[in-house]
Amino acid sequence: MISLRAYDAIVIGGGPAGLPAAIELASCGAKVAMIDREDRLGGQLTKQTHMFFGSQSQRAGTRGVDIAGILAKEALEKGVEVYLGATVLGYYDDRVIAVEKDERFIKMKATAYVVATGASEKMLAFPNNDLPGVYGAGAIQTLMNVHGVMPGKRALMVGAGNIGLIISYQLVQAGVEVAAIVEAAPRIGGYWVHASKVRRLGIPVLTSHTVTQVHGTDAVERVTVARVDDSWSPVPGTERDFDVDVVGLAVGLSPLTELLWQAGCAMRFVPALGGHVPVRNENLETSVDGLFVAGDVAGVEEASSAMLEGRLAGLAAALKLGRGSVTGVMKAMEEARLELESLRAGPVGDKIRKGLEALAREAMAS
Amino acid sequence: MIENTGVATKEDLAQVEPSLERREKGPVAVFECFQEIPCNPCYTSCRVGAVEEFKDINDLPHVDHDRCTGCGVCISHCPGLAIFVVDQSHQDYAVVRVPYEFLPVPSEGQEVDALDREGNVVCRARVRKVQNAKSQDKTLVVWLEVPHEAAMTARNFRVVKDR
Ligand SMILES: Cc1cc2nc3c(=O)[nH]c(=O)nc-3n(C[C@H](O)[C@H](O)[C@H](O)COP(=O)(O)OP(=O)(O)OC[C@H]3O[C@@H](n4cnc5c(N)ncnc54)[C@H](O)[C@@H]3O)c2cc1C
Ligand code: SF4
Ligand code: SF4
Repeated sequence: MISLRAYDAIVIGGGPAGLPAAIELASCGAKVAMIDREDRLGGQLTKQTHMFFGSQSQRAGTRGVDIAGILAKEALEKGVEVYLGATVLGYYDDRVIAVEKDERFIKMKATAYVVATGASEKMLAFPNNDLPGVYGAGAIQTLMNVHGVMPGKRALMVGAGNIGLIISYQLVQAGVEVAAIVEAAPRIGGYWVHASKVRRLGIPVLTSHTVTQVHGTDAVERVTVARVDDSWSPVPGTERDFDVDVVGLAVGLSPLTELLWQAGCAMRFVPALGGHVPVRNENLETSVDGLFVAGDVAGVEEASSAMLEGRLAGLAAALKLGRGSVTGVMKAMEEARLELESLRAGPVGDKIRKGLEALAREAMAS
Repeated sequence: MIENTGVATKEDLAQVEPSLERREKGPVAVFECFQEIPCNPCYTSCRVGAVEEFKDINDLPHVDHDRCTGCGVCISHCPGLAIFVVDQSHQDYAVVRVPYEFLPVPSEGQEVDALDREGNVVCRARVRKVQNAKSQDKTLVVWLEVPHEAAMTARNFRVVKDR
């Protein structure tokens, strides 16, 4: 017989969004469980050996992996019950979730949920993209920064967003040569300071370029790149080859929303937020009563904003549960909302702001 | 342009470089940060108030070069690794301090290749000092002695095997 474990709140995903949510809930006196399919807490942060941007209150200037450690320790100290190596497989009508851990099923139930499952990497279609040596950026980071394994000797990176730029830098730190970074857009999408960092290492950034093909028998041996025109089609005659054994793809992320679909949350397609995202109110509560979202699953953004969203969602869930002092919780929520707003206020927050506006419009229209 | 290349142009740099007169007086910070991003550790790490207060976290940093003592504390706090300290008060060489997060770590007195903003070799440099305090959290600061002509172009270096 499978017994049912009951909590006030369950946080699904222990990354930068889930951790603060669980910490806030536990601080308010709620009985909280946090579930993550990985063997350690921290989500994407555990792979990030570089210093973070943002303001000091979001621990800017601290390395991602260290932030993960600090938050995980706090969650445990506050009494959050943590399930690691545990995957949430399904969400059912009666607010019950099915969790797989150590090849066994656990049924759990909670009054409030915070879904903070993050995002998954997008692939890119080109001939031979299934050859060993073609990696997603996240896999390269996991190999190098978590397991200390070099993915190869010489790499070509696809995508000049922050992720592509940072991973190129980390490849060089690990002793891998980076032949070039190619980017289909005419402009560098990541922060210019990150781009300048890799340029100082002598790595060219080829904007308006894409990968057309990878060559090799058993593994990647060579890659062809070409310039693209305004409609992103490769221009014949501009092809050139690089001898590399690694091709890294950093071409975007899409929110991991399966559980939200299962729960019946109203969803909208907003490209600026990474794909399908849940409709939610200003407290990050979805159309399903008591189900909150935070972080990349709600729209692909940054760890700094994920942490603030996590706090906000955790506080709002506590309020819903009637835990904590109402005035204290409301004040903390207001602070988190203001900090989020100021983070998104600049030109690089433009895309997110537009995305959130589009989501609000879409939600109103139906 | 920097948004296409990742390399600051002469015009970009003209906005942020301290005057030669200031550089000849002693060490001073050069902030090569040209995009409004949500980031402010340069401001919070400067203890003498040489970085203008951020009204909005997305503001560009502004350094008062006269107030800046060239202490270099901000170098290892900047997640963009966009801050350098230049000192042209010496007769025979300029000193450029750069952030460094690679192996091998050079030893003091060692000769290395100084690199420009595109990773091209500019000149040979002598490593004057290597700072690696705990507070720097693994972002080393390496002091390079370079000819005065290279003071505003040398922004990185490479350890080369002894020839
Ligand atoms: C190379 C790189 C560099 C970055 N640099 C920065 C930076 O400098 N500054 C910044 O602010 N941001 C940065 N980011 C972005 C940042 O990492 C993400 O925005 C952030 O991690 C999102 O947090 P999250 O908690 O929403 O998701 P994640 O960190 O992805 O965490 C989600 C967690 O949920 C778990 N999970 C998912 N589904 C399930 C399930 N069904 N059951 C159980 N567990 C599940 C996952 O295992 C994971 O641990 C960077 C990202 C990358 C890849
Ligand atoms: S070098 Fe020192 S004084 Fe100058 S801006 Fe940086 S921290 Fe401030
Ligand atoms: S800390 Fe560095 S990257 Fe951040 S605003 Fe200051 S100079 Fe720019």
